[in-house]
Amino acid sequence: MLRERVLNRSTTVFIGCLAAAASAVAVCGLLPAGSPLHLDTYIVGLLGKYLCFALLALSIDLVWGYLGILSLGHGAFFGLGAYVMGMHLMREIGGRGVYGNPSLPDFMVFLNWKTLPWYWQGSDNLLFVCLLVFLVPGLVAFIFGRPAFRSRVSGVYLSIITQAMTFALMLAFFRNEMGFGGNNGLTDFKSLLGVSLQSEYMVTALFCASALALGLAFVLCRVVVVSRLGRVFVAVRDAESRARFIGYRVENVKLAAFVFSAVLAGLAGALYVPQVGIVNPGVFAPLFSVEMVVCVALGGRGRLYGAVIGALVVNFAKTRFTTVLPDVWLFFLGALFVLVTLFLPDGLAGIPARLRGRLPALRAKSGVGM
Amino acid sequence: MRALCRTLLLPCLLGLLLSLPQLPVRAEGLSLSPEALDSLRSPKVADRERALKELGGDASEAAAELLEALRAGDLYVRRDDSALLILCAGANEATLVPQGESLPFSDKSLLRKVGISNSQRNAIASLLNRRLLRHADADIRRGAIEGLLNDEPADREMLLSLSAGEGDARIRSRIEQALALLCVRDAGASSDELLRAVAVLSDASPPQAARALETLKGHADPRVAAAVGKALYHLRVTAERAAMLETLFFGLSLGSVLVLTSIGLAVTFGVMGVINMAHGELVMLGAYTAWGMQQLLPGRPGIALLLAVPAAFVVAGGAGVLLERGVIRHLYGRPLETLLATFGVSLILQQAVRTLISPMNRAVESPAFMSGMLHITENFSLTCNRVYILCFCLGVFALIYATMHKTRLGLEVRAVTQNRPIARAMGIDASLVDTLTFALGSGVAGMAGVALSQLTNVGPNLGQSYIVDSFMVVVFGGVGNLRGTLCGGLILGLADKLLEPVSGAMLAKIILLAGLILFMQAKPRGLFPERGRAAEN
Repeated sequence: MLRERVLNRSTTVFIGCLAAAASAVAVCGLLPAGSPLHLDTYIVGLLGKYLCFALLALSIDLVWGYLGILSLGHGAFFGLGAYVMGMHLMREIGGRGVYGNPSLPDFMVFLNWKTLPWYWQGSDNLLFVCLLVFLVPGLVAFIFGRPAFRSRVSGVYLSIITQAMTFALMLAFFRNEMGFGGNNGLTDFKSLLGVSLQSEYMVTALFCASALALGLAFVLCRVVVVSRLGRVFVAVRDAESRARFIGYRVENVKLAAFVFSAVLAGLAGALYVPQVGIVNPGVFAPLFSVEMVVCVALGGRGRLYGAVIGALVVNFAKTRFTTVLPDVWLFFLGALFVLVTLFLPDGLAGIPARLRGRLPALRAKSGVGM
Repeated sequence: MRALCRTLLLPCLLGLLLSLPQLPVRAEGLSLSPEALDSLRSPKVADRERALKELGGDASEAAAELLEALRAGDLYVRRDDSALLILCAGANEATLVPQGESLPFSDKSLLRKVGISNSQRNAIASLLNRRLLRHADADIRRGAIEGLLNDEPADREMLLSLSAGEGDARIRSRIEQALALLCVRDAGASSDELLRAVAVLSDASPPQAARALETLKGHADPRVAAAVGKALYHLRVTAERAAMLETLFFGLSLGSVLVLTSIGLAVTFGVMGVINMAHGELVMLGAYTAWGMQQLLPGRPGIALLLAVPAAFVVAGGAGVLLERGVIRHLYGRPLETLLATFGVSLILQQAVRTLISPMNRAVESPAFMSGMLHITENFSLTCNRVYILCFCLGVFALIYATMHKTRLGLEVRAVTQNRPIARAMGIDASLVDTLTFALGSGVAGMAGVALSQLTNVGPNLGQSYIVDSFMVVVFGGVGNLRGTLCGGLILGLADKLLEPVSGAMLAKIILLAGLILFMQAKPRGLFPERGRAAEN
């Protein structure tokens, strides 16, 4: 019964497409270089990066599309996950750094530090780091969200304080004293589990991990959304006071969704770092978070797969524009913000329904368009 | 060009050779012995003392010019005939020393610089300073006396004669302080003299007073030692008080900037419930208007700046009207979407400025009346531009406040804010009110941009750096509340500057942001929340 509800037609199609496309890319990536179907590791890595953004967009859609919480600071959770993974990759460099110090990362040697700060302890253990990837963003989201939701900060106020949060984190991570490499961030990674990050096996494996994470997260989100809790989400989004009067602890519902979403974002960040090879305070920049929100808006929120489509389209466009016409990219992105909100309130995923003229009925059903 | 120089040089050279044997030469009042001139020509820096000694005793303008040139490194020796000449940087005319004739010259490869040591440079500075002690302008005289306090004080007789001829009380008190300093440093001074000097110095501001008093701390006479202790304490307290006042002033100044940038936001946010993420870019447009005005009126920065204020209001207000009619109107009642759309507009505006003007920062010139210092007390002075901006901020606030509370438009705006359907039922054209409000808020943002152009460089990212702060101010003060915005801005500015010395600029900002997030939990509707029915939705 639950299985049927979770795997409805659109979800089955989406998971099928994702699995087919991912395995095709993985196979083509591993083909020998001379073969006509061979994919360059650069392309495979790029696609893997897109999948990480898609996962981040998915996590934003869960809170925005189903709970009406517009977070302009999800990049912060993404960044925290990314930094945790980056710390592990820094430790993996070991004595292969520029200064050749086996226990201290290069930037610490440069800053004349003698020992590892306490929060770097244990970061050489991958299992522990994987745990932290979930724990750190989740904990920060909990600490931030609990008082905010309890004192009923909502709507645009919440959006603005989430932005303030990521802005504050950005300023903090810019400081050298924080011990995360300051302005330059963490970079110059060599290997993961002893395998070079540049090797085609590693690139393909990371791509597959990203695809798997996205697929699993998608199914997990579906499970949440179709469950009773998911119904309460929608109730809170559409009529918060009514849900509260019926007896639901709205703040707890919101907090649970927010923390879960932050954990997904952190996972996306952790997968992103080894594929890109650098993490710097730029991930905490408000613009990055808002860009991801626009991905969701373009794809169509409250549908989950819409967020994934939006993230893929926007980031593909970004790659194209920034290489071919770098000046035009911000014009395009800005216009996208304006045009999507004005003319495509349901996003790309809403176009088929719109064409079939069933839009009003659909809107009434899903309640999109608050 | 070089050939021309050579042809012109030749007669001068001849003239120089002819005049050399007739030293000492008196030309334009400069008389120097041949030894002094030789000491200037000498490659050894230590030889210059001779010339400095003679120049110090010479009260003529020409001597001052020579000293000035020596200090600035503009005095040269020509390699071929070892003639001395002054060649200012960038000029193509040199002045022969000591004759005072000018000749065209620009080729420095034929010249050798007359170098001086650091201690000589300081000695020259104090020589030049001493010349100003009898200047006609009181301000220059005061500056000279203050300079005198900074280096080894002059002889007593000179100071006494200066004091006798001085009409300005403040300058006279400075001279007294210089005399007291002399007395304190004089090992043979009696206890009574010392007591008097210490009393004078306890009201003096300069740090060297404290330093001189420190040397007297362990004086044999207990009366003197006690007086010194008291004077030192007094000096420290006044210094601390001045530093505190300065911090407060910088806090108020930052607060006034925050109020200026956020007051327009308070109007649009409060009245229409619209979050305008492009507000920072409207500020930027205003700043660029100030820059453009100066390009239109080159050489008259004062008039350009004054004209830029209304021009920026019109430009930014016009942009605001376009924004409201083109985008925001269609998203009425969907605040989150408005936020995204206006964010898009802000990106477009930034990139437009980058493409059309330049990605580089532009400097806006400060007119004369904006630069300079305001001396409040002996050791506390304010920079004029910050004072003006503080006044400008209060003026703009008063104007907006009056518009909102004393005019028909303000009445209608408040009516629409409180209850839109009822206001419309009473015959108010709510959509027109929206547009006008937005134009007003945007126009004020533009004027804030003009003020900002006097404090920082004007660049495409100008708005972005203030937008987060402005939102903080509005939310902190309470949405839709002008007084709240004023208080919120000033409080945040003060808090920032008070934290800065303790924690550093970056950490101060982080602490403030974290503090605000916490504050929002306790008072989600700001310092001055709206009350009554209007607050319920």
